[in-house]
Amino acid sequence: MSETEIIGLSAARAAAEIAAGELAAEELFEAYRARAAGHIAGEGLNCFTWVAQEGTGEGTAAPLGGVPLAVKDLFCTEGVPSQSGSKILEGYLPPYTATAVSRLTSAGASLLGKTNQDEFAMGSSNENSAYGPVLNPWNRARVPGGSSGGSAAAVAAGLAPWALGTDTGGSIRQPAALCGIVGLKPTYGAVSRYGMIAFASSLDQAGPLARDVTDAALMLHYLVGRDERDATSLGFPEEIALPSAERLDGIRLGVPKELTAGSSGADGEGIEAGVLDAFEAALGRAEELGAEIVRSVQLPHAPHALAAYYVLAPAEASSNLARFDGVRYGLRAEDPKDLLDMYTRTRHEGFGAEVKRRIMLGTYALSSGYYDAYYGRAQRVRTKIAEDFRAAFAEVDFIVTPTAPTVAFELGEKTGDPLQMYLNDYCTVPMSLAGIPAISIPCGLSEGLPVGLQIAGPAFSENRLLDAAHALERELGFDGSQARL
Amino acid sequence: MSELEPVIGLEIHVQLKTRTKMFCGCELSFGDPPNTHTCPVCLGLPGSLPVANARAVHFGLMIGMALESELAPRSIFHRKNYFYPDLPKGYQISQYDEPLCLGGRLGDVRIHRVHLEEDAAKLTHVGASGRIQGSDESIVDFNRGGTPLAEIVTEPDLRTPEQAGEWLRLLRTTLRQLGVSDVNMEEGSLRCDANISLRPAGSGELGTKTELKNMNSFRFIERGIRAEIARQEKLLGAGERVVQETLHFDPASNAITTLRSKEEAHDYRYFPEPDLVPIAIEQAMLDAAAGAMGELPAARAERLQRTLGLSADSARQMAFRTELGDYFEAALAASVGGAGPHPPAQALANWISSDLLARLQDGASSGEGSAGGEEVDGDPSRSRVQPAAIAALVGLASAKQISVGAARQVLDRLVAEGGDPLEIVEAEGLAAMGDAEDLGAIVAAALAANADAAERVRAGNAKAIGPIVGYVMRETKGRADGGDVTKLVNEQLGI
Repeated sequence: MSETEIIGLSAARAAAEIAAGELAAEELFEAYRARAAGHIAGEGLNCFTWVAQEGTGEGTAAPLGGVPLAVKDLFCTEGVPSQSGSKILEGYLPPYTATAVSRLTSAGASLLGKTNQDEFAMGSSNENSAYGPVLNPWNRARVPGGSSGGSAAAVAAGLAPWALGTDTGGSIRQPAALCGIVGLKPTYGAVSRYGMIAFASSLDQAGPLARDVTDAALMLHYLVGRDERDATSLGFPEEIALPSAERLDGIRLGVPKELTAGSSGADGEGIEAGVLDAFEAALGRAEELGAEIVRSVQLPHAPHALAAYYVLAPAEASSNLARFDGVRYGLRAEDPKDLLDMYTRTRHEGFGAEVKRRIMLGTYALSSGYYDAYYGRAQRVRTKIAEDFRAAFAEVDFIVTPTAPTVAFELGEKTGDPLQMYLNDYCTVPMSLAGIPAISIPCGLSEGLPVGLQIAGPAFSENRLLDAAHALERELGFDGSQARL
Repeated sequence: MSELEPVIGLEIHVQLKTRTKMFCGCELSFGDPPNTHTCPVCLGLPGSLPVANARAVHFGLMIGMALESELAPRSIFHRKNYFYPDLPKGYQISQYDEPLCLGGRLGDVRIHRVHLEEDAAKLTHVGASGRIQGSDESIVDFNRGGTPLAEIVTEPDLRTPEQAGEWLRLLRTTLRQLGVSDVNMEEGSLRCDANISLRPAGSGELGTKTELKNMNSFRFIERGIRAEIARQEKLLGAGERVVQETLHFDPASNAITTLRSKEEAHDYRYFPEPDLVPIAIEQAMLDAAAGAMGELPAARAERLQRTLGLSADSARQMAFRTELGDYFEAALAASVGGAGPHPPAQALANWISSDLLARLQDGASSGEGSAGGEEVDGDPSRSRVQPAAIAALVGLASAKQISVGAARQVLDRLVAEGGDPLEIVEAEGLAAMGDAEDLGAIVAAALAANADAAERVRAGNAKAIGPIVGYVMRETKGRADGGDVTKLVNEQLGI
């Protein structure tokens, strides 16, 4: 097999070729390793923060047969740098491996590298990484999205067959959309969080970034399951199957107006026209497959989701990031004059601007006298949003929206305006707050850049969701190979 | 100005005797080399997650039941956020407004709440100051970090330092009886802070309170509270106000110093711990806790009084001090198969609580001022006197096979060296005088030798018998029965 042929294989296909003896796992791994090695430390797309020297798979007999796996930096990997995109964890080598990673390597996946990300998963453009921004393989002047930007760009560019990411408010789905690949955020609790360096514990979920829906399903199959080390993890009620649906007959797709309104212009809110066009065209194709488009469905509290999210997530983050104090691991400021000086300078030097901003926001929101007005109220909004979805799913099978309001934007375009940056998560945050699964699949191009379509379903509806995404993916026939290097 | 009345409430932290820590699988330890019982969870490593220890919840429920608390069907953990080197996550997982147990009562004191939390690690400050400010370096031992704690908070129902100490002993006994903790103040498995305020006697309102910390023995608790009451009395007497603050008691100097004022109080930014799910109490958990309760001190006192016929005071003493009660019952049990005469329960209790304890306390009383104050009361099971030995001794004395005086001599030997009372009696020739021996002749000799005393006794001065009895005891090495001697003296003097 030529290198181009090898790189052209999906993860599922590559595993099948290895199992059939048509492809050597070592050859597959080396092909990817050599490519990945050129995109690290500011070179190329800067997707990686660490690349393996050799494969670590359990052997070709295992179901994933040694297929290389890129893993977002924030997953702890024993003896391998796990820095969560932060200077404060530069060179940190965990003594243990995250459950999500070990589940995949136990199934035969081989750790290819750790991928660049926004610091502590806080960002929508991967520009908040202490290890430099990731470039979008569709256009290197553009961002790949974030926070799983390195994972998304690596998969889109063919530097990894697939990648493990995390999604707190859209961090798998939005970069998947901006890079023209598939990204799935599972039901909260479906995948263990043990070993994921936490951003916002009640929202963080691990999930696949993949070239197609089948690969996403294959990875999810091995990811899900109760983990006794994560009290919030839940046993998945059924096995995740590889999707096979080709039609959408009888499927009711709800299009909530709250998340599909066009941009009115200056305020930056709403969906840009090119994205809406691609979205509507995809809905037309869905109808051709037999789906019913329901535009009466409502998510009345969804417009408040972003505000609630930017109270709750920073509140949890302010506490989760307190452990980075210079006492036990990671950066410690030099020659502190006392304890307070060590704390302040370590955190001043170790955290980037966005992380500091969110720690401040979260600390404020939890402060005595403000808790009810901010944290308490945001929790009530969260409950309302979950109720909105429950009511909506009584009427429709899935909610569909554009994944992100815009296509990939230019590097530096939004770094000066955090609120503009936060609006990237407008369509993805409501599902995160509700804890429900959502998948982004590429549905077309606008300005020559990919547009993502988001499909969300009730908790634990992943099998149905993957089937619907598979049927639509087949119909849309999006060709992502042009981004491949 | 009217008389001032102290109002005291206690906050007690109890390390639970689970096998593993509150939120991870590391084993609990005491005195092991530093940082040998740690894992990613209790070190607060990035990505680690807590999982609540079911056994700690079980113990928490047992405590709640023993304190007659209301057990919350659903309780949750909160994060208490603050920075300190002994707190590796930057927050302590504790319970806040939805604790495991609400309300309750133990003895005369109402319980406010009981909740579960994790202990901090142990800090050692190297350098002259001994505190973190000004130390050359500080060392953290994470073995203790994550140990399960139950925090028990009382209502302000205590009025005196002695009462506080007494009640804390009852609590300690109760917890020890439950088997949920070692409740050892020296080792830190029982720690107590006190909230103290003064008010005009009879007033229903509460004065401004202070919180007194660092009282790590029963003795220091009473001393610390006494010192703080005195400090507040002095302030109020001088027309000044008590300021709400957290205070540190230094047992060496009796000094009370400010740890932090109300203004410096932390804002802990409590919020529900998102890494844990609520504790939902199911019937099976309640049944398991109820089944594991064993006998509590109040019930034990009732049983000892009812089935063994102990006096109410003796029964309470044996029940409220587990170590005495356990020793007493062990002795009673040992006597069943013993060779000698059976000791009556009340006599056995009396011998243990008076003669034996007095001897054990004499041996320990030099410990004044040391941190070991709590054990000064003496635990007979730690002495050389085996339960079977005290039972045999009391059996011999009660059956008059040896005199009370001889029994006390034997007890001295037992306390000093241990051993078998019968063997000591034989070796020392302490057996009570048999019928074959002529006690009458010795009494006659005693009367002859103490003619003056004999004359006074005859004249009606019963107290004058002392020298006569003393003579007999000397002659018999204490083996003579005091009652028999008196009887014979009276006979021979014709009274």
